Amino acid sequence: MKPAANRKFPGIRLGVIGGVSLVLLSLIGIVEAFSQREIISDVISMGQCLLLFIAVFIAYVAAARSISRGIGQTLAAGLTSALVMAVMLTLLVLLGTTVNMRQVLINASPRLFMILTFGQESLGTGIGFIFLAFALIGLGATALRLLPETVRRAVITGAASIAVIGMLQDMIYPILAAWEPIAALNDLLFPGNGLSISGALSIFVIIAAATGAWARKGEAVRGRISALPPGNRRALRIGSTLLAAFVLMVLPHVLGLFLSEVLTIVGLYVLLGLGLNIVVGFAGLLDLGYVAFFAIGSYTVAILTSPELGFYSLNFWQALPFAILFGILAGVFLGVPVLKMRGDYLAIATLGFGEIIRILVLSDFLRPWLGGAQGIGKIPKAAIGSFEFATPQQVYYLILAGCFLVGFISWRLRDSRIGRAWMAVREDEDVAQAMGINLVATKLLAFATGAGFSALSGAIFASKIGSVYPHSFNVMISINIICVIIVGGIGSMPGVIVGAFALVGLPELLREFAEYRLFVYGAALVAMMLLKPEGLWPEATHKRELREAEAGDEDVEAQAVLSHRS
Amino acid sequence: MLQRIRERLTPTDIVMWLIGGVLLVMIFWGSVATLVKGVYSARQWIDFLIFGLAQGSIYALIAMGYTMVYGVLRMINFAHSEVFMSGPYTAYYFAAYFYRSGLLESHPVISMVLVFIISMATSTLIAYLLELIAYRPLRGAPRLVPLITAIGASFFLQYMFRGLYGSGFQAYPVVKALEGHMSIGPIRILKYHLLVIVAAALLMVALYQFTQRTRLGKALRSVSEDKEASALMGINVDRMISMTFMIGGAAAGAAGVLYAIMFKQVHFFMGFIPGLKAFTAAVLGGIGNIPGAMLGGIFLGLVESIGPSLFLDGLGIVAPYQLKDAIAFTMLVLILIFRPTGILGERLAVKKA
Repeated sequence: MKPAANRKFPGIRLGVIGGVSLVLLSLIGIVEAFSQREIISDVISMGQCLLLFIAVFIAYVAAARSISRGIGQTLAAGLTSALVMAVMLTLLVLLGTTVNMRQVLINASPRLFMILTFGQESLGTGIGFIFLAFALIGLGATALRLLPETVRRAVITGAASIAVIGMLQDMIYPILAAWEPIAALNDLLFPGNGLSISGALSIFVIIAAATGAWARKGEAVRGRISALPPGNRRALRIGSTLLAAFVLMVLPHVLGLFLSEVLTIVGLYVLLGLGLNIVVGFAGLLDLGYVAFFAIGSYTVAILTSPELGFYSLNFWQALPFAILFGILAGVFLGVPVLKMRGDYLAIATLGFGEIIRILVLSDFLRPWLGGAQGIGKIPKAAIGSFEFATPQQVYYLILAGCFLVGFISWRLRDSRIGRAWMAVREDEDVAQAMGINLVATKLLAFATGAGFSALSGAIFASKIGSVYPHSFNVMISINIICVIIVGGIGSMPGVIVGAFALVGLPELLREFAEYRLFVYGAALVAMMLLKPEGLWPEATHKRELREAEAGDEDVEAQAVLSHRS
Repeated sequence: MLQRIRERLTPTDIVMWLIGGVLLVMIFWGSVATLVKGVYSARQWIDFLIFGLAQGSIYALIAMGYTMVYGVLRMINFAHSEVFMSGPYTAYYFAAYFYRSGLLESHPVISMVLVFIISMATSTLIAYLLELIAYRPLRGAPRLVPLITAIGASFFLQYMFRGLYGSGFQAYPVVKALEGHMSIGPIRILKYHLLVIVAAALLMVALYQFTQRTRLGKALRSVSEDKEASALMGINVDRMISMTFMIGGAAAGAAGVLYAIMFKQVHFFMGFIPGLKAFTAAVLGGIGNIPGAMLGGIFLGLVESIGPSLFLDGLGIVAPYQLKDAIAFTMLVLILIFRPTGILGERLAVKKA
């Protein structure tokens, strides 16, 4: 039970939490780094957006906690939390401008304090501005909470779209510019760095109106679609599939070189994620050494094709089956010893295996065969006839084909006898065994399939980059792929795609992210597990299971005992 | 008899024993070859031994945190390596200040004690907050969930400290009094190695006595035995879990300063490898078992410092020292395969694994 004081004044507690987050984000330099990108020209930058988002969120939650106690209390809670945050930020500014903290906290720079005080010359005015802004935030967030549901959702979606469009301006600008009739939109939306005020307003109005309209009419439209005769419905489905296929085919030409490069990186992660999804998502075996198979695929292709080592000179297509074969063999080889382990132990053992592979590849001992720290270069590009997959726009098709192949196989496997066996093992190993599932074969198949897919992506990666280095295969890659799967939703195939775009695509597009990428990953993982453990695009059964686990009888009893005590 | 053995033998067992056998033969052959060739003198072996002992006692101290948390919550606290990093990294700024102001020269003992206290306090605080924010809301969640949270928290902390303090290596100031060798009988030992070994040993003894003798220690052990029953006996389970994290954090903070004294630098990524090694040590000794973690840590430290020269030199492998991490991880995998309960482990049945 929480102490009564906390329940009476949720504003103060939440305000302190929010204030600490704001101060922390400022001190680690994320605010300053993000401030270089303007969301709305001369009005608000991405760094300020971040602070604004947290402040509004905290004040909103504070208001929501007290909503049952009337409007006065709600307003009080929202305002208190905002003011507590303002006080903490002010303290930071005062401390930072009087004492030089940069010897220890390298990001406590004068520029940061300029940003926090809205660029005001005098400290007093700046602090006044902080309090004014936070008072407005408190009022705004409370008002937002008091609005009716549909309006609130429309306002939030509208504001979020401004932020997203502003953030992705580098991507949207060239796309709009590529097509003559809509190129004029660019002048309206992005006259300089960031959105124009009128552009932002019109985005807000359009999106908010659309959300509002969909909330009212969406149910009816969906009802009308499901009321269509079966023939029409199939036509609609085929039509949308064809449209999606067409979009996928022409995408790299619309997007241009840089965005195609981003797309190929995302594609590689989708490929890796789909493979690991079989091991982690379907069979429930947490594998943190997945990058080892990626490395094995890459190195196999490199050794077999590169003239630098000169053992063999196959072409990409001749080397590919060997890469996949070695990947599968390695999967079985790793799978056998760890068959009996579960959960955490499996994670650690596979992590150790991945590190062993990397250390071996890096060592001088195996240098004559694997190139040591210098890696292997001059890997020829894949080619069909005279068509070479050289530029990102061409490699894209190779990766797309890979994704389709892997996606199709894992989609078919999921609903097959093997797939159901995997899921049974994931749910409960002992029960699965009692039901006659051969645990050894089932787990080994999962490892082998996942490893094969990973080796396939490794092979594509090697031919895309043209060289392989041991440093490309560190444990971070494994962790990134795990994050992609988990953020997307464990076991869900569309989730992998969503996760790859969110975790790999976005940071590539937002250069400011580069340094804070893993910070954001870490925060996202923790927040995801605390708030939405089923992921962004969950698989139906898994979602149900997680929700049930929370409400399981035994746990409720145990918690009752525990909470009674404390 | 033979018939029964043959029936129980599965192909996977055969493969596993084959792998293990090959590795054992390699280790044996390599050791004999090295010793026969006589590449290293007795003095060098003793140096390896002492270095391994010092390194191993640091691992043992970090392993404490892993093993105690595992004992209570049955989860691997992946973020423990960041708890380990946070202490010495924060204390560095104080150590550097003491160095500049001359306190480190004039009063080396006082200033080192202060550095220790600051480091332990920081690590304890971080461990406490970690449990409160990231792990407490997840009691009773499926097992994968806290594990992933721990991985996320580990990155969060790592890059938080990188953002706060910067990404460069910071050279820990050297204490003059700790430089040079000293002799114990016929053995010459580096002074700071001696400090590391003695300090770690004292801390471990204190910690062990604390868990065995005090009321609080008894409550901690009882919670790791059975949470519900402890709650019924009037123990505040949540507070005991916090306490476990904090004690582990304090041990890690102390280990961190010892690590910084030994390797003379701190960095935001310094926790990762020692953390992994310490976890290996905890598993080696039998996870959930405190004396086991101590034994496992020292054993791992010794294998790591002696192993490359002893096992690999004789096999004619170039630059064997590069492979010391591979040896540690191979040991981990082997232990997990052949004796998942560890050297001293007795409590880790299948249901808890």
